[in-house]
Amino acid sequence: MHKGYVLTKKELKRESILKTALKLFSAHGFHKTTIPDIANALNMSVGNLYNYFKSKDILAKEIIKYTSEVLGQEIQKVNLQNISSKEKIKKIVELYFKMAKEKPEMIEYFLRVYLSHREVFNDGCEGMLCVSGFVTEIMIFFDNGVESGELRNQDFFSAFGLFMGYLGGMVFLKGENILPKKLDEYIDDISENIYNALKA
Amino acid sequence: MARKPKLLWIQSLTCNGNSHSFFNHSNLFSILSHFELIYFPLIETKYSLEDVLRKKVHSDILIIEGAIKEDLTKGGVNIKELIHHYAKESRYIITAGTCATFGGIFKQSEPEKISGFAFDKENEKEDILSLYEHRLISLPGCPIHPKWLSYVLLMIINRRRIPLDEKNRPQELYGFTVHTGCVRNEYFEWKIDTHGFGHKEGCSFYENGCQGPFTHGSCNKILWNDTSSKTVVGTPCFGCTEPDFPKERLFSTKTNMGIPQKMPLGIPKRAYLTVTGIAKSFKIKRLEKKVIDYEK
Repeated sequence: MHKGYVLTKKELKRESILKTALKLFSAHGFHKTTIPDIANALNMSVGNLYNYFKSKDILAKEIIKYTSEVLGQEIQKVNLQNISSKEKIKKIVELYFKMAKEKPEMIEYFLRVYLSHREVFNDGCEGMLCVSGFVTEIMIFFDNGVESGELRNQDFFSAFGLFMGYLGGMVFLKGENILPKKLDEYIDDISENIYNALKA
Repeated sequence: MARKPKLLWIQSLTCNGNSHSFFNHSNLFSILSHFELIYFPLIETKYSLEDVLRKKVHSDILIIEGAIKEDLTKGGVNIKELIHHYAKESRYIITAGTCATFGGIFKQSEPEKISGFAFDKENEKEDILSLYEHRLISLPGCPIHPKWLSYVLLMIINRRRIPLDEKNRPQELYGFTVHTGCVRNEYFEWKIDTHGFGHKEGCSFYENGCQGPFTHGSCNKILWNDTSSKTVVGTPCFGCTEPDFPKERLFSTKTNMGIPQKMPLGIPKRAYLTVTGIAKSFKIKRLEKKVIDYEK
């Protein structure tokens, strides 16, 4: 994600803490995961970890910003392509499910930590503050689609909820082992449904 | 004493709005005292309109008010041809108002036949610019601010160079957006809407169609009637200085799924949305309250 310059040792360490904590929070839950658990998994002292993040709450907020940026950058790549909104929808569904498969902790964290522990995020992650990296790219996608006449001009949140709520719901069902088929097998149908709901 | 420059004001297709605006200048006669006023529709001079139409007068500084239409005649005289007659001998040609500069409101009635003097909306009229580009000063506005015109006239009298932009507009006047100096900038920064018209609080960019952030002009630097401006009193800027004026639905912001279609001048949409998302996340109590609570 940091194209164009080399990360310092400290920045690399910071990112590795974020990635490790992300996995532990997603797997064991926010409350059951402790700072010593995270330090232990990284082979570093608890004191040193506190040099990077002053508290578990702060760490949790930095993680949501980090995952939102990573997802936002992937969607940005789709937005920058010279293709129709219909094709973009399919690519966004594909990359979301790919991330759910290859880095499940990214999506799991959003669904099971960020959305489920509002008391942690209310102070410092108000509104869209910590997920703006990702929300901005969805806004750009909608804006381009309406501008080109391909998508219907409607309320932002009606469209946003339909698109991202749908994908999040499917990944949640997958996480609960309820889906009878693999996520990939739903890509065509889901993309078509989203397009039908958003098209002009 | 050197001869005073001859100032000639010619009207083409116009509502007289620019004449009246200039007529309301608080120092009108002091400014005009530097010139020999040949013709101005609202002030008597020793020449009549007929003298102007019969080409009996001369011009050093020609001010054109109103849009240009090929076959427009007044008193049997083709106005476009008349303008060219006086433009050829003038040291300066000033297009006063958006109609004279870009076509403006009058262009709406016959878009194919009506345009500005040297521009047709955004597009340059090369035949005109090749003749007059170095003598041309564009002063768009509906109407022009009286002090924009007096700035130009006094710069000419004082033999000062007037830096112009690519549309021959004085940079001193049009190098800024109308947003610059607006008293609602704090509400813009924190993305707080005004929820109506004429309120003291809130910004008109999000719902009420304010075009200030992408309109060239200094309405909030040089106030109207030395007092106020549209955006200050709680009415949206209509973008009246722009080549594409007038647009439609001037009291509502055109949005794509809630996202303003047009961005502040030169700001990429991605950058704007990122900053907006962050600013909107905070609830600033002071800015959400009424400045004065009249109910108390």
